[in-house]
Amino acid sequence: MNTAEIAQLLRLEVALDLRQRAAWGGMLLYVVSAVYVCFLAVKGGLGTATWNALYWIILLFAAFNALSRSFQREEGGRQLYLYTLADPRSVVLARTLYNGITMMVLSLLSLMFYALFLGSEVLSEADLPQFLLAVVLGGIGFATVLTLISAIAARSGNGLGLMAILGFPLVLPMLLAVMRASKLALDGVAWSVTSTYFGGLLLLDVITVTLAWVLFPYLWRD
Amino acid sequence: MKHWWWKFLAIALLLVASIAALWVPLSPALVHVSPGRIAPGEVVIHVTGYNTRFSPDMRVFLENDGQQVCASQVEVIDARHARIVMNVPKGLRASMTDLSVQGLRYPGAFYNDDLGDGIESAPCGNVNKVDMASLAFTFPNRSILYESIRNLHFHVPMWFTMIALMGISVWHSIRGLGGNSLERDRKAVSAVHVGLLFCGLGLATGAFWARATWGAFWTNDVKLNGAAVTALIYLAYLVLRGSIPDAHKRARLSAIYNVFAFMLLVLFLFVVPRLNAIDSLHPGNGGNSGFNDLDLDNRLRLIFYPAVAGWVLLGTWMYDLRQRSARLRELIEQ
Repeated sequence: MNTAEIAQLLRLEVALDLRQRAAWGGMLLYVVSAVYVCFLAVKGGLGTATWNALYWIILLFAAFNALSRSFQREEGGRQLYLYTLADPRSVVLARTLYNGITMMVLSLLSLMFYALFLGSEVLSEADLPQFLLAVVLGGIGFATVLTLISAIAARSGNGLGLMAILGFPLVLPMLLAVMRASKLALDGVAWSVTSTYFGGLLLLDVITVTLAWVLFPYLWRD
Repeated sequence: MKHWWWKFLAIALLLVASIAALWVPLSPALVHVSPGRIAPGEVVIHVTGYNTRFSPDMRVFLENDGQQVCASQVEVIDARHARIVMNVPKGLRASMTDLSVQGLRYPGAFYNDDLGDGIESAPCGNVNKVDMASLAFTFPNRSILYESIRNLHFHVPMWFTMIALMGISVWHSIRGLGGNSLERDRKAVSAVHVGLLFCGLGLATGAFWARATWGAFWTNDVKLNGAAVTALIYLAYLVLRGSIPDAHKRARLSAIYNVFAFMLLVLFLFVVPRLNAIDSLHPGNGGNSGFNDLDLDNRLRLIFYPAVAGWVLLGTWMYDLRQRSARLRELIEQ
């Protein structure tokens, strides 16, 4: 494992995704459709709690949709080829990093659409930097947990169906913590209260990445 | 005898703990006092006790800010009901008044708004304070919990046992990570099967306890969410196994998921509740005490620890049988 290799792999990810614009287009369209369905279903203004809950539910499903394809690419020969070229630990770190960035962008974009359709009055009383931090940390948290899960699901041979079953219980506690943090941020609670949550979320992220780093090599070889 | 002495120990512990958990009576307590409000003058009070033995010569008094008012007349209806006549003087200092009957205290029994600078108070009688009932071995009698406190010896050991079994499972998964050992895999999945059984029992005993004390079978609570997540994780583990036909691949992938999920689960069960625990109802969370502060809690512990040991041993025994029968099934199939 070295940083040059990780950077190289990261560049490969970006290049591949730029080549397949449809992938990003699909993710965005999924979020926009979900937001629009919510807009149609919810008539009238939403309270802070409901606004927050609905946003995180949309983001949760967007994360499953976006990250489930993260290891679908490597089928058979390509996986073997990558295996001979790169250290598996570099692969998992690069992919977690890339997924983290993806989720960060995706969660901010979906927030934009969400505020556009479902109203941003809720945000007027919020501590905005705190809320954005919660959104970003939540997105990255989903990415760290779901990267290894998507690898397991992909290796098992029936990726998409299994992904939700395997990933949901592991993401749920993180979802609860991040929902609460963002609710507090929306209520404009002081940093001294919310910092515990942010610290806890960061700790969870670090431990999850470490676990993925330890376990991935066993998954990678056949 | 050398190898299976612990199975006898498990049976003995379980028998003793379970019988004791159901047999031991609750300590006497006052459960209902009416009216809830007193004013200076003659007041008639009806007291209902639980497991009490009221007697006409029992000592009854009000206690207000350290000052005592003795009962002027005590009429015992039966062992659990009494009618008490009090002559409440003017000038009680505090608004809340405790009632003491036969050494049993009902704190904050009465509210009185006619306050003054205190009364002339003398201790009421000198009846020996130790009641016969309090010498017997009893469980604490707590309002809301009442008889359901016995469930402590069933509900909590289920979760201890489940964690122990999942620990056995993850231990075999970690050891099996290096080579695709089918033996390790068999042991890991057998432990999960038995662990899920205990998870189900823990959920069931917990649901009935919650219904009795909180009024609902399921509430939104960090502890309960942790339990739900645990059940979902291990059901997902079984689904993952079911979806992979190749035995070696199944062993490897499920071991990785098991290790990953268990480590995160430990974090979720023991770290996240610290974050979200502010509004938990569950004992041991969110400022609620566990059962440590219960008066003479050593009486509970004396039964609780053997119960935990017995259930954990029973779970381990079941796991052993399960993995051996799985091995036999494999041998027959070959």
